[in-house]
Amino acid sequence: MTEPAIVLREVTKLYRRYAYRRQFSTLKSALLKGSLASELEPREVLRAVDGVSLEVAPGTTIGLIGRNGSGKSTLLKLLAGITKPTTGTVRVRGRISALIELGAGFHPEISGRENIFINGVMLGLTKREIAERFDEIVEFAEIEDFIDSPVKTYSSGMYMRLGFAVAVHVDPDVLLIDEVLAVGDEGFSLKCLDKFAEFRRRGKTIVLVTHGLSLVERYCDEAVWVDAGRVRGHGDPRHVVHAYTTDVARGEEQTLAAADRKAQAAVGTDRDATETVAEQPAAQDEEPPADMFRAAQGRWGAGPVRIERVTIERDGVEAHVFRSGDRLAIRLAVRTPEPVHDFVFGISIFNSEGVCCYGTNTDIEEFEPVEMSGAGEVLFVVDSLDLVEGTYKLDVAAHTRHGVQYDYHRLLHTFRVKSHTKDAGIYRPRHRWSFSPAVRLTPRAT
Amino acid sequence: MLGNLRRLFGYRILIQTLVTRELKARYRGSVLGFFWSFANPLLLLLVYTFVFSVVLPARFEGVDNYALFLFCGLLPWTWFSSALTESSNSLLANGNLIKKVLFPAEVLPVVAVLANMVHFLLALPILVVALVLFVPVPPTFTELLWFPAVVAVQFLLTLGLGLMLAALTVHFRDIRDLLANVLTLWFFATPILYPWTEVASRGPSLAGLPPAGKVLMDLNPFSHIAISYQEILFFDGPFGHWKWLLALAVAGMGLFLAGYALFDRLRDSFAEEV
Repeated sequence: MTEPAIVLREVTKLYRRYAYRRQFSTLKSALLKGSLASELEPREVLRAVDGVSLEVAPGTTIGLIGRNGSGKSTLLKLLAGITKPTTGTVRVRGRISALIELGAGFHPEISGRENIFINGVMLGLTKREIAERFDEIVEFAEIEDFIDSPVKTYSSGMYMRLGFAVAVHVDPDVLLIDEVLAVGDEGFSLKCLDKFAEFRRRGKTIVLVTHGLSLVERYCDEAVWVDAGRVRGHGDPRHVVHAYTTDVARGEEQTLAAADRKAQAAVGTDRDATETVAEQPAAQDEEPPADMFRAAQGRWGAGPVRIERVTIERDGVEAHVFRSGDRLAIRLAVRTPEPVHDFVFGISIFNSEGVCCYGTNTDIEEFEPVEMSGAGEVLFVVDSLDLVEGTYKLDVAAHTRHGVQYDYHRLLHTFRVKSHTKDAGIYRPRHRWSFSPAVRLTPRAT
Repeated sequence: MLGNLRRLFGYRILIQTLVTRELKARYRGSVLGFFWSFANPLLLLLVYTFVFSVVLPARFEGVDNYALFLFCGLLPWTWFSSALTESSNSLLANGNLIKKVLFPAEVLPVVAVLANMVHFLLALPILVVALVLFVPVPPTFTELLWFPAVVAVQFLLTLGLGLMLAALTVHFRDIRDLLANVLTLWFFATPILYPWTEVASRGPSLAGLPPAGKVLMDLNPFSHIAISYQEILFFDGPFGHWKWLLALAVAGMGLFLAGYALFDRLRDSFAEEV
């Protein structure tokens, strides 16, 4: 068993939450103990990394995933040695190159050529090593024509490419990458991925921080899911990514639910809620806004029929995140104080661009209203939600057959559709492909 | 500490490259380029000469060529004060590097001190030419042997202070503003505009000590640096201030070690605070 390339033991990193409070006392403690955070009260510090232990075998490509602010980048900085852990130990064997910010050491006034030398020296190369790799770096960065111009004249793409080129030509044993593989155009991205694959082939250890989950599934041997500074999962990339996406969906569910509650609270869901939200001119007189498609979310209508509650459900449980093809049900809890004989219930689904994906009502579908009294429920079921990935909002309404609104909920209810297939458009018709024997395709192994 | 110094030595190529970058970048885009390294002190010399010979004529005993006398103290002072100003700002100005690239942060103040030393050395030819032209008795060879020693002591002193200021400015940004004023005061308190003999007898004597002017001047490390340069380059006769210079070398060493220790102590906080 070879020695691990990276060992983290019980690593904790505290950050001060308030940059300029208690400055004097902390400076004193810094001078006496060499530590800034240890004397701060818990409410004044942020545990960016919290008791992380991790071992990475040499030659492993490991992906760090997690939400924004979960501590991934701090972990990477700890590995790079740029920051020191508050407690615990970090040990990395071999030369490290950290692609945290590309071209961090570039000086705008001097030429690309001179910057390559300075950046290379900064990353730990000798002058001779740089001279040997110089042509390769320039070629990789695709800036042959501009190598003698000051880098302040470079486009941001050229700048990034040059930074990336220098960093990968350091020939590190451990490469730390923070979400930078996506620099430059399509061609350059592919070149970066090639370089990345070459590092893997040569048995280098790579730590990759990314939000590109497919990248992790495709290229990494292991994945680590970091959440709130702790390791939530470590192991086979597919399992970890799956656990992570499930958790993200749950989180999304909660945010969407909270957003909907907020939107509904803003327009009021009490019986005589005739006011609308702030974006609209206060339409006191039960008149809908002139241009309904431009209208922001809101609620209007004079009753007596009220839609008291709208729930979006999957299998009888309230849900906000669906997979394409799931069964989706919209349940309207309705009530009227007096019997009504003229009523229509309608539903429309809008995508985030405001395009109406589908709209219907009971009148269009030839239901004759007979009578409605007291409280009741209306259930609208979509057996297969054949929509492409995206966020959708609902309009629900109760009105007369002549269009006089009883209660209209405009874009107050949200659901999201997720899909593995990144197809385009609005609607995904049920479909299948077939090919004659002369046209041969096989399903891609994922 | 020794380990730190060894590591710093290991980064000498980086230091050298950064000093070169500093010098190249400073004059990039200007028509005269490196010539400014000569022109700046020359122009400064002309301004001071004009002010102190025409506007406010300064006459001091034993100083026949006032502008040259002034120049001997002013050049090292420019090195000293610019180096301190730049070091105190060096970590903040290069925050990007400290946060994103792994290298010992002391490289930055070291580069600030060295780059300004190069400017000082580049200005020396002007001084040499002026000395040869206008001083009747040029410095002797033995006197000139002391010159590198003074430069070395000044380097130690500047670097020690520079490291301290660099580290503290990260936490107290007030230092940048305060420093400019302190340096102005310091400049006038140092025998650069006037020979030290002018103040040696000024002020009351307390508790049997020499006059206050002399005590204050003796306590000011840079006055010994300035006096040494003046004695070696400008005044006739052997270099008599060497005892003070040696004492200052010891003090400078102490200051450097203290500055480095302070810097090292605060090192881990830089990446978070800049």
